[in-house]
Amino acid sequence: MTLLQRPVLVLLLLVTHHLLQCWIAFGSVDEEGQKQEEFNEELLLKPLPDRTVLAHFHFQSSAPPSTSNGRHHHLFPKAISQLVQKFRVKEMELSFTQGRWNYERWGGFDPIASSNAKPPGVELWAVFDVPQHQVDASWKNLTHALSGLFCASINFLESTSTYSAPEWSFPPSSGNLRYGTLPREAVCTENLTPWLKLLPCRDKAGLAVLLDRPSIYRGFYHSQRLHLTSTGSGSKGTDSGIILNQALTVVLQPIQPNGQRASMDHASEKHIQPSWSLSSIFGKQVRGRCVLAKSSKVYLQLDRGLVAELKRIHKENEKSVANGLTSENFWSYPSFELSANPDRIVVEENSLHSKSSSILYNFQVEKYSESEPLDLGLTWKIPVVWLCQSAPLHSSRYLMGSGNERGAIAISLKSTQLREGFMGAFADNERCELRVDVFQVVPWYVKVYFHSLQVFIDQQPKAVSDVIEKIHVSPSKDKVSPGMMEMVLKLPCRVKSAALTIEFDKGFLHIDEYPPDANQGFDIPSAIISFPNFHASMFFLEDGSVNKSPLLSKFQEKSPVMSYTEVLLVPLTTPDFSMPYNVITITCTVFALYFGSLLNVLRRRIAEEERFLKDKATKKTGQLPLLLSKLSAKLRGRPWEPPHSPPSSSFFISSKLVFKVILVAGLAVSWQYYFS
Amino acid sequence: MQKMGKQKNKTASFSFWNWVIASIIFRLILIYFPKNLNLASRPEVSTPLTSFRRLAEGYWLKQLSMSPYAGSMYHGSPLLLSLLGPLTVKRIEGQPNHLLYSLVSVIADVVSAILIRATGKNLRLAYLRSLESLDIVQQTKASGEFFKILSPGDAAALIYLWNPFTIVACVGLSTSPIENMAVILCLYGACSRLVPLAAFGWVIATHLSLYPAILIIPVIFLLGCGPDAPPRKLFLQKNNKEEVLSKSKLRLGFSWRPITHFAFWALLWSAYVLVLCGISLKQFGGLWEMFKSTYGFILTVEDLSPNIGVLWYFFAEVFDFFRNFFLIVFHVNILFMIMPLAIRLHHRPCFLAFVYIAIFSMLKSYPSVGDSALYLGLLGWFVNELADIQFSFFLFCGYVGVSLLSPVMHTLWIWRGTGNANFYFATAMVYACLQIILVVEGVSAMLNHDRKLRNLATSKPQDAKS
Repeated sequence: MTLLQRPVLVLLLLVTHHLLQCWIAFGSVDEEGQKQEEFNEELLLKPLPDRTVLAHFHFQSSAPPSTSNGRHHHLFPKAISQLVQKFRVKEMELSFTQGRWNYERWGGFDPIASSNAKPPGVELWAVFDVPQHQVDASWKNLTHALSGLFCASINFLESTSTYSAPEWSFPPSSGNLRYGTLPREAVCTENLTPWLKLLPCRDKAGLAVLLDRPSIYRGFYHSQRLHLTSTGSGSKGTDSGIILNQALTVVLQPIQPNGQRASMDHASEKHIQPSWSLSSIFGKQVRGRCVLAKSSKVYLQLDRGLVAELKRIHKENEKSVANGLTSENFWSYPSFELSANPDRIVVEENSLHSKSSSILYNFQVEKYSESEPLDLGLTWKIPVVWLCQSAPLHSSRYLMGSGNERGAIAISLKSTQLREGFMGAFADNERCELRVDVFQVVPWYVKVYFHSLQVFIDQQPKAVSDVIEKIHVSPSKDKVSPGMMEMVLKLPCRVKSAALTIEFDKGFLHIDEYPPDANQGFDIPSAIISFPNFHASMFFLEDGSVNKSPLLSKFQEKSPVMSYTEVLLVPLTTPDFSMPYNVITITCTVFALYFGSLLNVLRRRIAEEERFLKDKATKKTGQLPLLLSKLSAKLRGRPWEPPHSPPSSSFFISSKLVFKVILVAGLAVSWQYYFS
Repeated sequence: MQKMGKQKNKTASFSFWNWVIASIIFRLILIYFPKNLNLASRPEVSTPLTSFRRLAEGYWLKQLSMSPYAGSMYHGSPLLLSLLGPLTVKRIEGQPNHLLYSLVSVIADVVSAILIRATGKNLRLAYLRSLESLDIVQQTKASGEFFKILSPGDAAALIYLWNPFTIVACVGLSTSPIENMAVILCLYGACSRLVPLAAFGWVIATHLSLYPAILIIPVIFLLGCGPDAPPRKLFLQKNNKEEVLSKSKLRLGFSWRPITHFAFWALLWSAYVLVLCGISLKQFGGLWEMFKSTYGFILTVEDLSPNIGVLWYFFAEVFDFFRNFFLIVFHVNILFMIMPLAIRLHHRPCFLAFVYIAIFSMLKSYPSVGDSALYLGLLGWFVNELADIQFSFFLFCGYVGVSLLSPVMHTLWIWRGTGNANFYFATAMVYACLQIILVVEGVSAMLNHDRKLRNLATSKPQDAKS
């Protein structure tokens, strides 16, 4: 059955493929002004220094602005376009991440680390194209829509106490930006499946086939991203063009096929990087491209550090070879072996900060098919040790203090040894300054004292005004909004280490506000440290500029180097959750004690006073009883007589009683009447 | 004989000043301890309203040209911010960080003590005069020897100065010494018939912490019919019996003139304060913002951090549905007692003020030991009247025990993590009960004292006859 079906399926695919190609050609001829919807898929593989492999999937779908599309799309996911139309999203990024990007080992300077490494959990930011006062409403609706779309609890970002509106520290600075994170959101396949559904071929064909759930969730780091930009719709009636970038970054450890773990003990083989292939890390192979994709490419990137190291090794080995190394024959080095011949080799252009430039091996997936799948593999022959280029300062964040009353957050920036090289250009200048932007959101129950901000440079306390050039805070409002802090630091270039500390008090919550596992603690979202002076961009000059790869053009974007700090876990004091009734009753008892005993003291009379009052009462009765008795006498038609003491008292008591009863009855009747 | 008395007085006052200076030195020593012995962040000392760190935060925000009420850190008055704010950042080299600010609190404490002393002297004179007019000086002399030696003013001032609660509040940099000073200023002004001063104190105290607003009742009584005296009925009875007693000696009527004065001055001062606040908050949302985050914050009990009161835990635990109901109930509890107490104790306005202060420092949303320090100090005014208060030893031990146990329970719960919130809440509960007993027993002792005076006054002629 399956044997029969498969050729049919392939035939069908082929037919649709041809049809589509014809159609695209036809379309482009027919309406030259209007571009078509496009889909590109790319995969970038990169060996990392710590015996792991980075795989970065990048899928780009774009829908050009058009009137004809209307509500219909050929390739572009309808759900996303509806989202954009409905909430007028200008730009949006949603990321689901599990694990933490290791900035020290995996690098912090290249575009992948700086714009694809995300904080754990969910991060969402969006820029809206609506008037200022509608932004919050749009945000709330968007969170609900996304939470439905991705099966995640993004709707928790709806409450004002979870999101903030950074003014200038977050890169796409705009007044209509909203930013929120959910550090504790667990990410799993239920989030990946809807994400894959947005792809035209899902995970049935093309590169997405590699996304085998058990293997990608086994990795050290897993981050799926969805980034969309809508190019503003000029006139009414035309839908805005949308570019949707879906990226999935995983850091995986290759499984050694023949039990090399045992041989790891050998000193000689210790430094040999593990060899891997697509089938060994994903358990799948690429069996052709997604027919709907315009281009489908696999890249293998060798890091700048790695290339430099390889060059050095090569020079040592072949000192006799006088001629310089050109990139063309580079892949045939004896230090490693590729299982497939690359179609093209691209060398990075003018890497400003480093001596060497990284190298891309390009593989066209079109050439591979079901019968001969692409199983790209890398086999190391000699041990190589290299370091990834890291950000100018390595940032980390930690909590200080003990106990559940107060504490302090410290952000420490340590210079990385690699910085020396690329700071050389500036270092000759005495007034050289390193600009660092810090963006930090703290939930309201961490009550930050902004006045306690302290700056230490090389362990020496410095005046805050000397270091912080610009600061903007929006203090937290209890149960309403989180605290937000944006700072621009100017550090001297030669700084070895810098630290910021800020004190906080831990808030006390109402018992309903504690999450189910309250004693686990509360998360403070990651701070964002960015270095606006440094741009994480790589320029790859491709000969065929016609089919420019979206991934490589993404790499060329000039974005500042950014890194996320750790998520902090703050334990908060908990009240006794089982106590509400006891507390209510005990407190009310104390209040009753106060009220009752004080009133009792005030109205208590000792025996002498009682007698005195009684005397007084017998002498002259109050006005009201007198009037009442007169009235009753008149009603009875009897002449009124001044009351005698013994019988009159009983009479008055009864009349008082009657009066009270009437009063209560009247109250009850009026109450009944009023409420009915 | 008179010379001897004067001499005695002189030595007494001399030793009084010695004690005052000793208390100042004691405070300074504590201030020079590193980090203020961490008193500034103790929950007993600094509530969200009186915390020094919050004041500094408000000032910092204001310096950054943001509203000090942005965020929910600062809930005090904007005037306090302008006056004390600069002191939170000013530092003198080689001296403790907040020396200037601490000096202000020490001065506030000393001024309060001096005012308490002056008021106490006033009260003593009034007391003696009333005894004289009732002709029962001889009888009381036999029983009340204590106040011959130590006048109530000195006693109250020294209790106030040497009360550990006052010292802790002063060294802990809370703003309660200043709030207390405003309250005392108000009472002093009313006792010595300085109407503008009384109005000023009342307006400032109300502005700073809202609850002293109810002190308007004792102040009106003070201005209307003078300081504490035995019930007026007694004089009337006496006067009926002996017409000879000149009426000029005691003003028995209720005079409305000073009260209209007071109303006028109170209006003037409050307008002045509001204008000042308005100016200082002009660019930050104005007065409405201020009322919302000072009075609104007090009335809605938004901050649930632990303090020595009982409301924080109650509102942390109570179901949201009932929150508003209980807010109303608890605040009305303070108001409910105003009328009965005013009716029963209208002849003793200072004592009435003391009872009111004790009640609201017990039931207020964010009580601190600074509030307790105030009423404990004022308790000294009534050493003669409250000489035979019941359970005084028990109360004393209770206060000592709670003030030792409460920090222990707090440490167990917050720092060690071995206790739980109920431990601390239990000490808060006990503390509230102690205060209730103190108030109840104080009121009952005062009423008993009045009864005793009446007995003395009425029984004496009969004795003479028989």
